[in-house]
Amino acid sequence: MSHSRSRLNKESARLANNAARVAITLSALVSIAALLAILCFLLLNSFRAVGEVGLWEMLSGTIWHPTSSPPAFGFLPAESGSLWVTLIAIVCAMPIGVGAAVCLSEFISGRVREVAKSLVECIATVPSVALGLLGMTFLVPWIRTFFSLPSGLTALAAGLMVGILCLPTIVSISEDALTAVPDALRQGSLAMGNTKWQTAVKIVVPAAWPGIFAAILLGFGRAVGETMVVLMIAGNSGLVVQGPFEAARTLPGTIASEVAEVVRGGLHYSALFAMALVLFLSTFVVNLIAAQVIDRSRRRWSR
Amino acid sequence: MVTDVLQALRFASPRATDPEVAVGIDAESAVVPHFATHTAVSAEAVLCANNTAAASEAVRCEEGAQVVTRDLRGAFELEGVSIRYGKETVVSGVSMCIPSKSVTALIGPSGCGKSTLLRCLNRMNDEIAGAAVTGAVRLEGVDINDGKVDAVEVRSRVGMVFQRPNPFPMSIYDNVAFGPKTFGIRRRSELNGIVESALRSAALWSEVKDVLNKHAFELSGGQQQRLCIARALATEPEVLLMDEPASALDPVSTQQIEDTIAKLGQEMMIVIVTHNMQQAARVSHQTAFMLRESNEAPAELIETGDTKSIFTNPRDSRTERYITGRFG
Repeated sequence: MSHSRSRLNKESARLANNAARVAITLSALVSIAALLAILCFLLLNSFRAVGEVGLWEMLSGTIWHPTSSPPAFGFLPAESGSLWVTLIAIVCAMPIGVGAAVCLSEFISGRVREVAKSLVECIATVPSVALGLLGMTFLVPWIRTFFSLPSGLTALAAGLMVGILCLPTIVSISEDALTAVPDALRQGSLAMGNTKWQTAVKIVVPAAWPGIFAAILLGFGRAVGETMVVLMIAGNSGLVVQGPFEAARTLPGTIASEVAEVVRGGLHYSALFAMALVLFLSTFVVNLIAAQVIDRSRRRWSR
Repeated sequence: MVTDVLQALRFASPRATDPEVAVGIDAESAVVPHFATHTAVSAEAVLCANNTAAASEAVRCEEGAQVVTRDLRGAFELEGVSIRYGKETVVSGVSMCIPSKSVTALIGPSGCGKSTLLRCLNRMNDEIAGAAVTGAVRLEGVDINDGKVDAVEVRSRVGMVFQRPNPFPMSIYDNVAFGPKTFGIRRRSELNGIVESALRSAALWSEVKDVLNKHAFELSGGQQQRLCIARALATEPEVLLMDEPASALDPVSTQQIEDTIAKLGQEMMIVIVTHNMQQAARVSHQTAFMLRESNEAPAELIETGDTKSIFTNPRDSRTERYITGRFG
């Protein structure tokens, strides 16, 4: 009697196990399928533009005049805009973000640290449109008067605001990498007569460097994809951007501002999809590298 | 069986605690017998047992009931040292004298505060939130916990080797050169000299002299630990603290580490925490036995003395019971 019951229990446990495994596998497959579907969708829709304009002509073309005749579909204005905004964002966010992470992991502890950490992560919950408004009302006029420019709507203004947006990514991933450094290394360094500061700069940060690098890459991915802030305060010029004080438009900004007005299935429509494809592939590759680096640095300490 | 022999030896030895007996016996002859061979210990060996490695009679230092003469130059004196973690007192009322140019072992069961006491000799307890040290810890007569004394300076004089090897994630060379570089030594030739002599002192030079640029993580565990010893020696400390330095190592590596300790102990003060009594017997000149009598009570220093007298002729019955393996 009890024997058969235990057999029954085992049988149902086995069934439940199998069902769970199928469900988990399915959900994993769905996410991968979604990724592939997005890629296919972008590829299919950008075929026409690639065929009629040519891939290299699009990537390196300096003029974006989609509605004139003949139209010109050069991505360089948007590419240069994205590059400048992202560069400014990373250059500003990197020292602040890494510095904050070092401070959080090495110099403060207990409740203060927990509170500070969650406050930094709160930045991620601020809607980017709110930051856009903030930039428009405070940063843009300030930049115009400080640098005496005709307009404050520049790559610099957008870059600074996007920098704030990628801070939480950089801080929290760098902080993870720093706390993953074994305490034995800190103890070893302190016991040699190094100060806390020397220990942090000479031992902990270099040891956590792969993780910090990955954090910067992920911040980069976040900055490249940011749409709303740049749409609002980058100035939206159609020219190739050559410096931080020029008005700029970015890849996502161009797509977002024009997609509502194009003819479905037309050449312009297809060119916007090609632009989205460039954006997707660049963030995808950056994130892939970051994931690899994080994975490798994690394995380094798990010995 | 062992206890019986110890008892017999004790009666055979003419007052081993008498300093007069101890002084003047050649330190080299005082080879500490392997614990397992105690049955073969002769009365002469017990006579030697009270010999001190640094048997100079500069200062008389009280150690409980026993009066031993010690050289205070470069020595550590602990007076009424208690250590608290938050509200809990973990080590209470430790008074002892640790002479320079010798090896002192701290022994006792797990969790008896040996490592905690060791960490207060280079103020590493400062790094633990809520830890507080009271009493005096004097190095050459200066209290290292004095407000005017910088912890960083103490640690550059008192080096430390940890239980698990913790080389920095860099090359062998850079690990050893790390300390000297921090102290501002930049000249390559000077650094090379320091690195070589530190690695020689740690008995690692012959194994790594051709691969100094190899990453430290590629060394074996025993090599890594000797690298950590070399790293500590490169800053030329006066004292080296070792917290169970061989407990994570295989027997061959342990032997190499012990040989290194024996050699270094002729030049500098070494304080070693070990839960391996045979190791304490093999490498140390002095031994201090610590014990926490119950989970609520703080750990105390039960007995200190020359290693031989502790192992063959302990004064306290608790020491004897621990040595003979009745507990711990």
